[in-house]
Amino acid sequence: MMAQLVFYIFTAVLLFSACMVITARNPVHSVLFLILTFFNASGLFLVAGAEFLAMLLVIVYVGAVAVLFLFVVMMLDVDFGQLREGFQKYAPLGGCVGGILFAELVLAFSHWEMAPSRAAPIAAPELTNTAALGGLIYTHYVLLFQACGLVLLVAMIGAITLTLREKATGRRQNITRQHARTRADTLEMLELDLGESVADRGGFLRPKSSYNEIAVPGSFGLVPETPTNEVASNKEKGA
Amino acid sequence: MAQFFYHTLVGQICLMLLETLAVLVPLLIGVAYLTLMERKVMAAMQRRRGPNVNGPFGLLQAFADAIKMIVKETVIPAGANRGLFLFAPFLTFSLAMVAWAVIPTGNGLAVANINVGILYLLAISSLGVYGILIAGWASNSKYAFLGGLRSAAQMVSYEVSIGLVIVSVLLAVGSLNLNDIVLAQRHVWFCLPMFPMFIVFFISALAETNRAPFDLPEGESELVAGFFVEYSSLAFGLFFLGEYANMILMSSMVSILFLGGWLPPLGIAPLTWIPGPLWLIFKILFCLFVFIWVRATFPRYRYDQLMRLGWKVFLPFSLLWMIGTAGFLMATGLLPHSGGVN
Repeated sequence: MMAQLVFYIFTAVLLFSACMVITARNPVHSVLFLILTFFNASGLFLVAGAEFLAMLLVIVYVGAVAVLFLFVVMMLDVDFGQLREGFQKYAPLGGCVGGILFAELVLAFSHWEMAPSRAAPIAAPELTNTAALGGLIYTHYVLLFQACGLVLLVAMIGAITLTLREKATGRRQNITRQHARTRADTLEMLELDLGESVADRGGFLRPKSSYNEIAVPGSFGLVPETPTNEVASNKEKGA
Repeated sequence: MAQFFYHTLVGQICLMLLETLAVLVPLLIGVAYLTLMERKVMAAMQRRRGPNVNGPFGLLQAFADAIKMIVKETVIPAGANRGLFLFAPFLTFSLAMVAWAVIPTGNGLAVANINVGILYLLAISSLGVYGILIAGWASNSKYAFLGGLRSAAQMVSYEVSIGLVIVSVLLAVGSLNLNDIVLAQRHVWFCLPMFPMFIVFFISALAETNRAPFDLPEGESELVAGFFVEYSSLAFGLFFLGEYANMILMSSMVSILFLGGWLPPLGIAPLTWIPGPLWLIFKILFCLFVFIWVRATFPRYRYDQLMRLGWKVFLPFSLLWMIGTAGFLMATGLLPHSGGVN
């Protein structure tokens, strides 16, 4: 009774938020509804007794994937008017694709049957479903699982390759060299005669000539041929 | 009485409410006094007195602060997304509370002793980023937005290393149940054999709770106050409470995963007289002290250093350690059997 009630609540919220994902006017609201959808789906897993899958759905999809969605959508400068322009034109095509997908799902799941040898470990009452899933994935289907990992790896490398650009002006910082820098390398202490102003000599601690050499070539734009004005003027004063 | 609580629906609901209150009331009082503890400890480290006017030793300062926060005016900026703006602090606060359901304070003594307790904690802590991201976006302010984005990137990055550290602990335990994790440390706390992971986890916990030296999302020197710059009154108070409750939660996770939870350091007589929940509280207090100590000691990281530490240092290191742990346990035949200790 209680479980049924919870099931219907989760399902209702899930269907509602799934509809809102595609009808909400603001794309950020769409993503938030998508997150709500994921969340309710994980609730459904819990009702079905698959607590491991439920938690994983939240950790992976809600905690990582959807955050990145939200991240991107928040930073996009979307023209809402333009977004809705092609609706009439693309509606029949979208409807077709959706219809075919739905039909295929119905066809596939109406004849879904699990091989009894594989279903046994899941149904075994003495195992927690974490252990049962682990046995299936890492023992019976380890090659397929590894292949999935490889596909994801390739996708990841592809994404990195597409976005990685070595620019001469990139603000790349070489942290090892920054850590290796000591005060003796970059700054020098001044000893002043009595009555002499610090400002005349360019401050207590002034940049040495090595200051510009330490900077990574290419960081913060091009390294100037001559030291920057400030350093140069300090030097003149100090000399 | 027992008949009423365990066998009638109303009784069970009452019991559930009582259990929830038994966790939340001490937690909220703990949060109130954590703010006082932070100010006192930092004052001592900086040779000041800290709050000492309200009540003996300033003990009523926490309540004075709370009343001040409540009676202030709630300001909602023009152009802010009203609903989401108010939803964000509520979300942050309630997530920080909800996570406490699975924390065991004694053998089997948790509101919900579930099989996948540690995953539940990971799931809840990974949701925490939404409160901040939504707050940053809904405020319709550049500072808040930048703070929100920084925070999202930071929390997602450090969650990866937290996950890997947890996996290496789980390899040695053989169960996802928090109770089993503590019981597996009967002979030796995991902070000894896994000392590097203990450090990695603690530093990641600092980053995950947006504490100094990783408090860039707030970054008051460049972002004013980061994601909650537009919040005032109770909405700000909820963020504040959530943040400190998260600190306590992370400290309890450190205690449970590495410091043996409610177990005494040695199973000998005078130590075993002290009840388990007290041991857990001592350990949490110790972790919180280190949180504050770190804040009083280290300057803030630069953002690229923070990202580098997360992705290029902690991630490969914890991954290697995980593989090493698995290899060692496999080679010595110590790998716990599937199905858990139970």
